[in-house]
Amino acid sequence: MGRWVAQNRGFAGALVLFATLLLIYNLLHPRGFSSAVLVQNANESVAIAFVAMAQTVPVLMRGLDLSVGAVMTLSACVASYLLTGSGLEISFGILAVLATGTAFGLMNGLIVVYGRLQPIIATLATGAIAIGLALLLRPQPGGDVDGDLSWALTNTVWDFADTYSIADGGEAWWIRPFADIPVPLILLVGVAILVWLPFKRTVTGRTIYAIGSAEGAAYVSGLPINRAKLAAFTLAGFFSACAGLYLALQTSTGNADTVQAGAYTLNSIAAVVLGGTALAGGIGGAIASVVGALILRLISFYFRILDIEPLLQPLIEGLVLLLAVSAGAWRTFSVKNRLELFR
Amino acid sequence: MTAAPIIELNGISKSYAGIRALDSVDFAAKRGSVHAILGENGAGKSTLIKIISGVVAPDAGEMRLNGQPVRFQNPSAATAQGVVCMFQELSLIPDLSVADNISIAAPPLRMGLIDRHAQLQRAEDLLARVRCEDVDPRMLVRDLSLSRRQMVEIAKALGRNPQVLILDEATSALTAQDVQTVYDLLGKLTAESVTTLFISHRMHEVEALCDRLSVFRNGRHIETFAKGERSDAEIVRLMIGRDVTAKYPPKPAAQARPSVLTAEGLEWEGALKGVSLTLGKGEILGVGGLDGQGQKELLLAFFGVLKGVKGRVEMGGRGLPSSPITAKTGQPRIALIPEDRKTEGLMLPMSIADNLVTAAFDRITRSGVIDPVRLEAAVQDGIARLQIKVGSPQDAVRTLSGGNQQKVVIAKWLMTEPDIILMNDPTRGIDVGTKQEIFRMMRDLADGGKSILFYSSDYAELIGCADRVIVLYDGKVVRELTGEAITEEALVGASLNIGTAA
Repeated sequence: MGRWVAQNRGFAGALVLFATLLLIYNLLHPRGFSSAVLVQNANESVAIAFVAMAQTVPVLMRGLDLSVGAVMTLSACVASYLLTGSGLEISFGILAVLATGTAFGLMNGLIVVYGRLQPIIATLATGAIAIGLALLLRPQPGGDVDGDLSWALTNTVWDFADTYSIADGGEAWWIRPFADIPVPLILLVGVAILVWLPFKRTVTGRTIYAIGSAEGAAYVSGLPINRAKLAAFTLAGFFSACAGLYLALQTSTGNADTVQAGAYTLNSIAAVVLGGTALAGGIGGAIASVVGALILRLISFYFRILDIEPLLQPLIEGLVLLLAVSAGAWRTFSVKNRLELFR
Repeated sequence: MTAAPIIELNGISKSYAGIRALDSVDFAAKRGSVHAILGENGAGKSTLIKIISGVVAPDAGEMRLNGQPVRFQNPSAATAQGVVCMFQELSLIPDLSVADNISIAAPPLRMGLIDRHAQLQRAEDLLARVRCEDVDPRMLVRDLSLSRRQMVEIAKALGRNPQVLILDEATSALTAQDVQTVYDLLGKLTAESVTTLFISHRMHEVEALCDRLSVFRNGRHIETFAKGERSDAEIVRLMIGRDVTAKYPPKPAAQARPSVLTAEGLEWEGALKGVSLTLGKGEILGVGGLDGQGQKELLLAFFGVLKGVKGRVEMGGRGLPSSPITAKTGQPRIALIPEDRKTEGLMLPMSIADNLVTAAFDRITRSGVIDPVRLEAAVQDGIARLQIKVGSPQDAVRTLSGGNQQKVVIAKWLMTEPDIILMNDPTRGIDVGTKQEIFRMMRDLADGGKSILFYSSDYAELIGCADRVIVLYDGKVVRELTGEAITEEALVGASLNIGTAA
């Protein structure tokens, strides 16, 4: 336990901050600690949490992916066409949406690895391409998303069971303990546990950390560097597609919103840093970034219950981010050779 | 000793940017031997092991492993064939745990995922083999001391089941107890007919461990012989050889000089362990020794780059400068010709003119604004002073040859009118003609009352240029040589910290 905290200071700090903010928020909220509040909060947080997970993977190997928000938007626009019809059609649609984002991520990876471009500039360009495609698909906001699916996946477990008449419409004894949990949270945690945690335990996943930590050492240790870079961007595409899918379900439309895509990309970087992942690479993880994203969202929820001027929101968010990052910069004070600060 | 060689190199050559690092080298090592590779700085040892371990590809020549020709595309190809190298610059990933690092490329898997429990067990076993039970495999490598990291590196190499194990300065940071562990380990490996290539600057280790020795010089394989066939003095002579020496300007007669810099007991982060020296006015004080004995840190300390330097320093009534800014503006003014001119000396894409004035903007500005007339004069002055061959001062500095680039670095620092000039291997990778010009200029500067602290990895330059030489070994001054006593034998002997009679 002590060792875990020492080795994951940033993440541990983020967890404490998150828990504190969550507790105070619920104490202040007139209907705090209720399922309704939790569902609403979860719905507003899941998309950014997925995008933050997406951003984490390239950041871990010291790259930035500026296309995550755009890929999310593109996926949402694709989803607005495909999430309708019979159960089979919808299932196929979900897979197609995820495949779109994943393929886009793979393309990013191929460009970075074989085009030998800097990730930041390559993804700036491909991000614009993704938005362009999204605009072609949805010149105006619109679309058709299956109403049942949308309702079932954006409410509690009970609502899910009720919608699809499973587990006695949510009344079965074994579903009672989970009945009040929001489905979006389950989706988020499920993807994190089923995709990220196993990936982290593959040689490819470990290579991503190794590249960010010491690329030269990773090379002489005989690690698969190109494969890891491809995987990092592909995974970023997949997580972005998850975000897009959720956004389409939540809003029931596809909207090629350029401003929103940019905001999600920038917020994803903020969430990654808040969660304790080092922009220099090698330290952190997708779970930490989810916590970072939740902190970012919680701050904005405070504005609602405290009746603060919404205009102040960017200012406060900026200050919190600056403070959080400063807390992580103490390391530079222990550098004894000043030349190392410039390397 | 009639066993067939396990590894054999024929006519291997390698050049970096036109400079020969290895010149048609033939080399063979026998199965089950501990084979030392000796040579001065830049003799080609590192290039040799990089080729054997697949980090770089040779330009020409053939390599055979167990009699079969092999060509390693990358380090993992070499590892797969049992050629495992422990690098001098560590190959450990600082942000991963010890267990992760030991099994980095081929961890134990369960259902396709890394089996953390088995990996931990494996790390514990391997650490026990190198008697490092005190290292918890769950610790991050970045939290380990340098000596523990080297032992982890050895455990990692062992875990790859080597046929040929290459230890490049593997013992440089180890404690005496660890060194004994490594000795015992090598004994066991030799009994299992593993071949070890051992690169070390510590002669007593080579003598204790190795059964064969190969000497390299200037990228050539000079001679291979069994231990005991040659005396220390003979080995030193083989390492030096007879080189065409550059012409050096005559040295002035020895004289008493007022001190401009006195240091006593300088210590910093394990790289400097109590260095004392004095530098006189108008003196060229050479700093010798093998690479990485603290010479670079010494110069950086005097230039105010290092934090937390302990010890007493006096230069013109003040102590160590706190930053390069105070170093170059205070009294006395200090300049540093840095180790790597491409990153620390120059801004390669910027023009020659811009580079020349970067250290001395105060001379060419009028109330904070650059005065074009003064700028032009300063640039012309700098170019003329060192006879830099330029097309136009507006050309990017990267278009110049290495020698002319170095002249730009020197001219840039001379523009600050320094009193003490720290030079970190200023002639590395430049042609003989430019070298001679630089030596001439150094002597002129000294005769004009400047003081120069001159680190060179080339002993011949120290002999030719320096009025006095201090030799560093393991962060300490082990010998001071003056005048006629500065000879190759004395320098090499002192560098290896063995008592060769001069």
